[in-house]
Amino acid sequence: MYSEKVMDHFQHPRNMGEIENASGVGTVGNAKCGDIMRMFLDIDDETHIIKECKFKTFGCGAAVATSSMATELVKGKTIEEALEITNQAVMEALDGLPPIKVHCSLLAEEAIHAALWDYAQKHGITIEGLQKPKNDISEGEEDEEY
Amino acid sequence: MKKLIYLDNAATTRTSDEVVEAMLPYFGTYYGNPSSIYDFSAESKQAITDAREQIAQVLGAKKEEIYFTAGGSESDNWAVKATLEAYASKGNHIITTKIEHHAMLHTCEYLEKVRGAKITYLNVDENGLVSPEDVRRAITPETILISVMFANNEIGTIEPIREIGEIAHEKGILFHTDAVQAFGQVPINVDEMHIDMLSSSAHKINGPKGIGFLYIRKGVRIRSFIHGGAQERKRRAGTENVPGIVGYGVAARRAAETMEERAAKEIAVRDHMISRILNEIPYSRLNGDPVRRLPNNVNVSMEFIEGESMLLMLDSLGVCASSGSACTSGSLDPSHVLLAIGLPHEKAHGSLRMTLSQETTLEDADFVVDHLKEIVENLRAMSPLYEDFIKKNR
Repeated sequence: MYSEKVMDHFQHPRNMGEIENASGVGTVGNAKCGDIMRMFLDIDDETHIIKECKFKTFGCGAAVATSSMATELVKGKTIEEALEITNQAVMEALDGLPPIKVHCSLLAEEAIHAALWDYAQKHGITIEGLQKPKNDISEGEEDEEY
Repeated sequence: MKKLIYLDNAATTRTSDEVVEAMLPYFGTYYGNPSSIYDFSAESKQAITDAREQIAQVLGAKKEEIYFTAGGSESDNWAVKATLEAYASKGNHIITTKIEHHAMLHTCEYLEKVRGAKITYLNVDENGLVSPEDVRRAITPETILISVMFANNEIGTIEPIREIGEIAHEKGILFHTDAVQAFGQVPINVDEMHIDMLSSSAHKINGPKGIGFLYIRKGVRIRSFIHGGAQERKRRAGTENVPGIVGYGVAARRAAETMEERAAKEIAVRDHMISRILNEIPYSRLNGDPVRRLPNNVNVSMEFIEGESMLLMLDSLGVCASSGSACTSGSLDPSHVLLAIGLPHEKAHGSLRMTLSQETTLEDADFVVDHLKEIVENLRAMSPLYEDFIKKNR
């Protein structure tokens, strides 16, 4: 069902984890549809180069693999370059996804944007071409104890 | 090659060697059409009669009441659609439940939309049990059919079929049950349980795929669903799947003979697995009734993680299982059964179903649980939901 690259990134995710005091954090998706991605960015304030990128993801194999691949694509890029990374690029880098999983790659693109938006908000700057992220964790269901 | 641990026996089972052996002569040797008059066809005709008898015995039915179909889905479709047609003068109301297989639910939705049928979808409790009293309350003068599955395919809950059958009988309403997961697994007697129609499928009990039956009690007036020939007492046209029918007969007889011993063995492994998971994996829960449960069904939810990820990890170890997560259902919604028992979406996404066979050993179970612990831990380390939960509760 998945390409070898997808399985590789799923089983050995790159850059999984958190960045303490990250310069930008974005969370997209919701538990209801089964995918949540959180992207942490460490950005050099002078050069606007993304020095470090990490992720955490709740979701299927494709969701984990696209998160992992997105962090690899973003690392070392400038903010402007990172903005140009599309879901198509993430998918191509993974040798494709099954049609029903394409929305996972959209989530990866949105997660990058959400993290950049957070960075811009924290620093009071405007990043050209960046829209306010539309997806965030929904209020979700009520907490239940086991 | 890594060892295969097959824990998806609710999806399908291995066709047993005994069944395959019994079927083989009906491909190459006795291939005659049972409807033909020459002597050569007598053997295939007799084989069908024998299989029908074997199956009828398991149900406490008469062999003339067993109608072979292509499987459980066809049987469900036939029972519901043909009842609506045959009993139109009495009414158009059908009572069923929210946790039926899609073969039932999608058929009912179709009949609502296209034929103007009125369908009541009963709720179930947190263990997936239908209340017989709810069935009684839903009955109207227009009710022509009550259809409640014998046992649920996802969570393994066994429904109070006898009690519901009594109500249907008392009210003079036809009672159908989808017994695809129950036939050959738990004792069924159509007379004692007042069952008028029953659907079943061979490949769930080590029989071949593509063959099922609908039990239709004598006197139930439903007519043919597939037209074009006089087979199956003019009620189901099409040349009989002779090898399939032969295999089904053997599988049914075998399932009935070994039922008690097999159930005891599976229950021991099942309960060992369930208790280890609940004790050793935090934030896990059992889905379905702990006692009124199919002997081979384990269904658990792991909070903060998603089912498909678990399945892929298990697959890489050679373990076959299934999940009610959206990703495995081909839609954005998780299992309708898990939502019906009141699970919030994220816990439904984190469900894992493992259905055992008589070949599943305690060692297999321990191997799976040992690795599952690790898998859950790794996926939680990756989960933003778990991160939020830990931070909130620090």
